[in-house]
Amino acid sequence: MDATTRRKWVGQSVGRLEDPRLITGRGGYIDDIRLPRMLHAAVVHSPFPHARVGRIDAEAARSVRGVVAVVTGPESLALIGTLPPGPMGSRTPYPAICTDKVRHIGEIVAAVAATDRYIAEDAAALIEVDYEPLDAVTDIASAIAPGAPLVQEAMGSNVVYDREWTFGDVEADFAGADRVVHDHLRWRRSSAQPIETPGAIVDFNPVSQEMTIWTNEKAWPQRQFELAELFKVASNKLHLVPVPAGGSFGSKDEMFKVVAIAGMLAKVVGRPVKYLEDRVENLLNADCDGPDREYEVELAVMNDGTIRSMRVFVADDYGAYFQRGTGHHGNLFAQLQGPYRITSCGYHLRCVLTNKNQQGAFRGFGAGEANWMLERMVDLAARELSMDPVEIRRRNFIGKDEFPFKSLTGNIYDSGDYEGVLDKALELSHYAEWREKQKQLRAEGRHIGVGIASCQLRSVFSPSENWIMNDDYMEKMKTGPSSSPESITLSVDVLGRLTATLYSYAFWGNSPETVVAQMVADEFDIKPDEVSVVYASPMGAMPGVGPGGSRLTVMLAGAVVGAAKKVREKALRVGAQMLGVGADEVEWADGAIRCIADHFRIKTLAEVSRTVRLHTHSLSTPPPGAPDREGFESGLEASFTYDHPYNRLPKPDRSDLGVFYPIMAHTCHIAVVEVDPETGGVSFLGYYAVQDSGTVVNPKSLEGMVIGGSVQGIGTALTEECVYTDDGQLLSASFQDYLLPTAMEAPPEIKVAFHETPSPFTAYGVKGGGESGRMAAPAVVPAAIEDALSPWGVRVREIPATPMRIRALIDAASGGPA
Amino acid sequence: MSAKQRVALTVNGVPFEEWVDPRLLLADFLRDNLDMVGVHVGCEHGVCGACTVLMNGESIRSCITLAVQADGAEIMTIEGLAAGDQLHPIQAAFRDEQALQCGFCTPGMLLRGYEVLRDNPHPTAMEVREGISGNLCRCTGYQSIIAAIMAAGEKMAAPPELRVPQPVEVGSTAEADDQHEG
Repeated sequence: MDATTRRKWVGQSVGRLEDPRLITGRGGYIDDIRLPRMLHAAVVHSPFPHARVGRIDAEAARSVRGVVAVVTGPESLALIGTLPPGPMGSRTPYPAICTDKVRHIGEIVAAVAATDRYIAEDAAALIEVDYEPLDAVTDIASAIAPGAPLVQEAMGSNVVYDREWTFGDVEADFAGADRVVHDHLRWRRSSAQPIETPGAIVDFNPVSQEMTIWTNEKAWPQRQFELAELFKVASNKLHLVPVPAGGSFGSKDEMFKVVAIAGMLAKVVGRPVKYLEDRVENLLNADCDGPDREYEVELAVMNDGTIRSMRVFVADDYGAYFQRGTGHHGNLFAQLQGPYRITSCGYHLRCVLTNKNQQGAFRGFGAGEANWMLERMVDLAARELSMDPVEIRRRNFIGKDEFPFKSLTGNIYDSGDYEGVLDKALELSHYAEWREKQKQLRAEGRHIGVGIASCQLRSVFSPSENWIMNDDYMEKMKTGPSSSPESITLSVDVLGRLTATLYSYAFWGNSPETVVAQMVADEFDIKPDEVSVVYASPMGAMPGVGPGGSRLTVMLAGAVVGAAKKVREKALRVGAQMLGVGADEVEWADGAIRCIADHFRIKTLAEVSRTVRLHTHSLSTPPPGAPDREGFESGLEASFTYDHPYNRLPKPDRSDLGVFYPIMAHTCHIAVVEVDPETGGVSFLGYYAVQDSGTVVNPKSLEGMVIGGSVQGIGTALTEECVYTDDGQLLSASFQDYLLPTAMEAPPEIKVAFHETPSPFTAYGVKGGGESGRMAAPAVVPAAIEDALSPWGVRVREIPATPMRIRALIDAASGGPA
Repeated sequence: MSAKQRVALTVNGVPFEEWVDPRLLLADFLRDNLDMVGVHVGCEHGVCGACTVLMNGESIRSCITLAVQADGAEIMTIEGLAAGDQLHPIQAAFRDEQALQCGFCTPGMLLRGYEVLRDNPHPTAMEVREGISGNLCRCTGYQSIIAAIMAAGEKMAAPPELRVPQPVEVGSTAEADDQHEG
């Protein structure tokens, strides 16, 4: 039985195994967990964006009935120190509770544990803090101006990182170009905002020194040891209970602060403490805002539309700390040239600190921003050359016979057919008809625009990405791994039922149980609903990483295939013995072991499993305790750890960044919008997405990811923005001000189709897809708006393209009100 | 602290009587006092709709309603939607259409969808869209949710003999596959 040749379930829209719990209100989220003697935490937030923290008076808070503990900055420092550093090390030390000063609005200065959250919040409100306000900087220009207030004094500058990379011969390509297309672009800050906020419950027994952590954060399989060091608990006495997450979009990856607050309070009180961010806290202080970038870009272009080279200068407003958010630049190097045959690129990155919430993972992790930049520039080149946006893309695509393709940065593109995807998108969208309709409607005074974007979707994260920006990575081996394995155990019980154990906190809205069940079903020729999937605690567990970087389905596929092979081989060997024939005389059929020569002689998986678990004396294998029994173990289970399928480290001089995201999915989005020039409002007349994620495991759930991700990207493009005032207050600190798309803003229908170029490097040929929609929608929407406003000749350089900004573009172009 | 007040109400057909602080929110009362943890709290300021429950048949935001306001009321939560192993048609439709990913907005979305269909058994897609526009979903982009509510409406409007409640069934190819066009 070879699943790669005979697939029954992989590729089917199987109903999700996760759903029966979720549609009946039994999700088991972090806030649903109640423990005996559990306390509830509330925190005190700084009302100042930048201030020295002086005396803190918590006496009134401590005397509130029901309050059990109050912890302030100095105590926090003594209890746990600063939080484990991100990939860029400890250049901006990051406390769970601030000590000397606060660096952005909403930073935490104290935490309270009380018998219920109401009392904890009452007490938190009684804590008096002396602040000495400092001037704040909230944009790149003022942060780098001479004499600017320093966000991190120890850095001596608000420029926390500045570096240039050169790939190929940029000078020669620009010298030989027919023209240079230049523009500046502005991607404003947005954030993930899952509907469930981050939370943790931590229990600590001071006598046994055991700690148990329940949390909806997801990065612990590989970083559990850092929590053990943080809390000074033995790593083999630190249980982490997997808890499903009510959405993440990257933002529940490696978030230490929530766990740290619950954990330090638990260590103080010796009983369980729950801390759950509320919405305002998540908007103020979740450490996971998206990028905030100003670009200057030049394309070296030939008159026939060939794009030769690209010079990029990008300044990124990182907020107050430079931690996990560095991934926002690391991983875009996987697909720097997009799907195009660009032969060189110069990339200058400047990371700047300001008095804002810091950046962290958000769906696409910076690569969607780079897609947007590149596609905006390709559109501009088409415009300056009077070329059709479809034709300029077609002219520059890497050909489908050029794979595996070594990209400019060294990262490999495994497979693809970009022109095939484009053609399918043109067909799906009836592109030519929309162009006709656009002409007719324009004659009627309606402003219809069609946008197109062809984007790479790098998938299957490898942490060697984090080596790119960091030269002394080897010294930071603990915080900077180079491996990213994923493990699984497949176990057959006495009744022949299969259970798959995953070694990561895999659920945050994706479908890990469903896809594993589908793959196991194919490997054993059974049905997916006969498979059960459970999650293990990382303590004492096999290696795992978890979801993120569109990796999980690919990695689990490799793990399932490896473990299933071991289980099948043992079942065949034992089954053959039970049937009294040689191991080469049986085969796998219909989930059982049968004689090749006589299809009526069968041993079911249950019979074999029962025998190897309960009745090994009945086998011709020597009985337990016999000296020649070596090599035979009772039971029918196997584990497999699947390593990243294709991973090479960067060169020391970073002229070649290695292979770190080679499983290259691709998508073409086409959007048709109507812009109301009176209001600046944008509505969708059509939206189409064709995606190549290699072999599709579950079309319906992947389609859901594409549609949902696209609407998230539409929010990024049109409505969502973290708005800070010049003096550092956050105006978008509620869902009335931070505008997630509602059903009314989403396109009436997003049509999705798949185009499969299976990966040559992965099990079943699967590629990633979880981040898909949000990596293309922000690129296609401004293109469509710009096309709709072509009578004014405006250029959409900035997102979100809010009604006010669209009106300003029209006014500027028509000499109207400024 | 003000004196506790008595709240007597019916939740999913079961009577309860509790003494609560006047400031206790209905969402917290349902979750913490009555263990109805399917009532999810997403924003605590009445915008996201995850905490939606039906009070005397009308959808309300339990995160901006006080428990004492529910005195004498009949409340329905997600825990009251299915009857044993018999899913309500709207739950079955959410499953069949994969109208959820993380599931956190789902209880509020199901109860609001239930109300939309009760008030308008044959809604257009636009009416459903408008009907759920006060409930935020960050995963799905709403398309599958609207499709599910429409599909449930059709099923509920079918003659009674065709209304065969479906037990929870997963891991097999949904019959609805072919009809799924978004």
